[in-house]
Amino acid sequence: MKVRIKYTKSGHLKFIGHLDVMRFFQKAVKRAGLDIAYSQGFSPHQLMSFAAPLALGVTSEGEYFDAEFNSLVSSDEFVRRFNEQMVDGMAVNDVVLLPDNAKNSMSIVAGSDYHVTILEKDNDANWKIRREKLLEAVPHLLEKDTIEVLRKTKKNEKVEDIKPGIFKLCIDEDKIYMFLATGSEYNLKPESVMEALCKETGIEYNKFDYQVHRIETYMKNEQGELVSLLESGTRIA
Amino acid sequence: MAKLALSDEILMEIEKPARYIGNEVNMVKKDPASVDIRYCMCFPDVYEIGMSHLGIQILYDMINKREDAYCERVYSPWPDLDKIMREKQIPLFSLETQTPIKEFDFLGITLQYEMAYTNVLQILELSDIPIWAKDRTLEDPIVFGGGPCSYNPEPIAEFFDVFYIGEGETRYHDVFEVYKALKTKGATREEILHAIAKIPGMYVPSMYEVTYKEDGTIASFEPIHEDVPRTITKEIVLDFDKAPYPEKPLVPYIKATQDRVTLEIMRGCIRGCRFCQAGMIYRPTRQKDVELLKKYAREMIANTGHEEISLSSLSSSDYQCLKEFIYFLIDEISNNDVNISLPSLRIDAFSLDVMKKVQDVKKSSLTFAPEAGTQRLRDVINKGLTEEVILNGAMQAFQGGWNKVKFYFMLGLPFETIEDAEGIPQLCETVAKAYYTIPKEERNGKVAITASASFFVPKPFTPFQWAPMLDPQTYRDRAHHVKDTFRQQLNAKSMKFTYHESDVSALEGVFARGDRKINKVIYDAYKSGCIFDSWTEWFDNEKWMAAFEENGIDMNFYTTRERDVEEILPWDFIDIGVSKRFMIEEWERAKQGIVTPNCREKCSGCGAAKFGGGVCFEGKN
Repeated sequence: MKVRIKYTKSGHLKFIGHLDVMRFFQKAVKRAGLDIAYSQGFSPHQLMSFAAPLALGVTSEGEYFDAEFNSLVSSDEFVRRFNEQMVDGMAVNDVVLLPDNAKNSMSIVAGSDYHVTILEKDNDANWKIRREKLLEAVPHLLEKDTIEVLRKTKKNEKVEDIKPGIFKLCIDEDKIYMFLATGSEYNLKPESVMEALCKETGIEYNKFDYQVHRIETYMKNEQGELVSLLESGTRIA
Repeated sequence: MAKLALSDEILMEIEKPARYIGNEVNMVKKDPASVDIRYCMCFPDVYEIGMSHLGIQILYDMINKREDAYCERVYSPWPDLDKIMREKQIPLFSLETQTPIKEFDFLGITLQYEMAYTNVLQILELSDIPIWAKDRTLEDPIVFGGGPCSYNPEPIAEFFDVFYIGEGETRYHDVFEVYKALKTKGATREEILHAIAKIPGMYVPSMYEVTYKEDGTIASFEPIHEDVPRTITKEIVLDFDKAPYPEKPLVPYIKATQDRVTLEIMRGCIRGCRFCQAGMIYRPTRQKDVELLKKYAREMIANTGHEEISLSSLSSSDYQCLKEFIYFLIDEISNNDVNISLPSLRIDAFSLDVMKKVQDVKKSSLTFAPEAGTQRLRDVINKGLTEEVILNGAMQAFQGGWNKVKFYFMLGLPFETIEDAEGIPQLCETVAKAYYTIPKEERNGKVAITASASFFVPKPFTPFQWAPMLDPQTYRDRAHHVKDTFRQQLNAKSMKFTYHESDVSALEGVFARGDRKINKVIYDAYKSGCIFDSWTEWFDNEKWMAAFEENGIDMNFYTTRERDVEEILPWDFIDIGVSKRFMIEEWERAKQGIVTPNCREKCSGCGAAKFGGGVCFEGKN
């Protein structure tokens, strides 16, 4: 039986890489005494697959993985038992049961939304001005026909129009809110949008000036609307 | 969550930031303001290695059980961070509360191998603690050394305030009580160290004076105060079942070198191989109760979520309940989701059966450690393994489907001849030939034999402590000769021979049996940039050679010189229980190639019985 687990990764845990988060949950599920299923063969491994890898340094309250269990407990019990095994910065938010024919989370991810905080650095006299300029530029960025940034791939660098990957961009109090394409079809990182905003305002882009936080990870439902990955399943009573 | 000592920018810039943030599963959290004693435990190597060390986990757990003490951890910053910390003047910090090390009462550094010595200086310097113990004040932590290398602490004696000689489980409580009492009284650093020097097992180097003869050997080694002991007897845990054991060990985020539950089943070894220091310093052999081990196995798997369990001891086949325990692990713990990582076992029907159960026969290999190529030399080193035993074990395994064999040897052993060296390829050839006596249809393809040789380093507290070490050039020539001899064997294509580098071993030879004159060499080498010497990519032999030269020190004095049994050795002030008389007897027997029986066959009266426990009293309630 396959379940989907939603979790939060925050605080210092943002310095733990994706592979180590996987290892962390492999051990946590065992400490919690949950009945995880294993693959066959000489070196069996837990049947677990993670949705959209989070870059080092980014926090999130909308992370997911799918896991196969031999027996189930209620959603509340899952959450409780997982959370007994978490460390500061890591928490399980919800668990739902997936239908047998559900596709795995990694293949269906289509979008993510983020909050970007403009960090106040020590002795940074220009912080207020910088923040004002950036926040001012936010509503106008999408008015442009194209938003070009230099995108680096493993093989090369090229100038690319990232506008199609931005579903929404606005100000949310003193943060920047952005809803971007994520996944195998098109993947846009919030850092690229920040780079574009900086370019627009003539500010030199430095990735350490911003804290990116993922709010939720989305998939497309049958109507083609972006909905939370939790929507694939149902809570276990 | 404690505020991190490193900024986001630094953490994002360096390799594996998870090395420096703490907060691991089972990390102990306390309010530092609520304790009297802050102890920082250090393994002077990179995090992944340090986190794999059982001893620290034992002491971390033990000290933290005290309400009045908080034990935290620190490991060596990797060179990428080292550089940044120096540039930005960031003081080295503990993982738990991210506090500068300088603010601790104690810094305890475990000394597991000699090549970590420059890393000790890195830890001190980055902590802003004076490298030389004599320059420290009340503002600095008391720097403790412990672990196997402290059985000859002299080459690093001047960097430490105290060495804890022996097993860590016994005397920390006494040290803490003495320290607490004196601290409230406002005692000086000198007074505190003087009081610690009177606690059994504690060696305070500054309380002893060494003088030398003209030939460079030691003339005298004396305490400077009358109430400080002349001899320091090692500390040992006698009631091994009651000794503390970490039932909730720390679980790192990043993969440690040993990413598993480790169960110490036995301490000490009954065998008495003459080259082996561990076999002497941990005498007498003590076993853990099998029922207790079963309980630990269950609890530690449940508390960590580890997917592998391994056993720790010097010679697992000599653990008397091994069969029962391993079958228990297979039947009740492995349960499809926990791997049993087998220790190296004597090859027999039992070990082959369990190997078949827990390993993939096609991938796994047999391991033998004959250490020497001929029976004559194996008798010299008192390694009981005979060619017959090896052949029998190998044949049983070959018939069971195995075809890979690993051999461990040493080159440069005392009294080794060219014939002994040639015995290495000959033994491998004999085993290969034996394989091909099995009918083709019953064997599993070609045999694959790997043999490796390390450069023998004589260690203190072994019968070979007086032996000359081979000079590196002769070692290399001998290794080349062995390699050539391998090529001449009939089954040369099925055999592979590798041997260790000689430069690192030669240095190890100096540190292992060095005296106080070596402190300055280590200091100068460190100052010229030597660090992480046990890592091939960082080791820089030229810098080391320059440091010896500058100090006018001849390495051969420490390595290739044969010592007289009358000579005062730098470590003679330590009493490990095994007497010097026994060591001399063993050295003589080695020269004559006479084997000494193991502790269970017949007591040889080594002296360790004086501790009143372990194998010396088995079956003699």
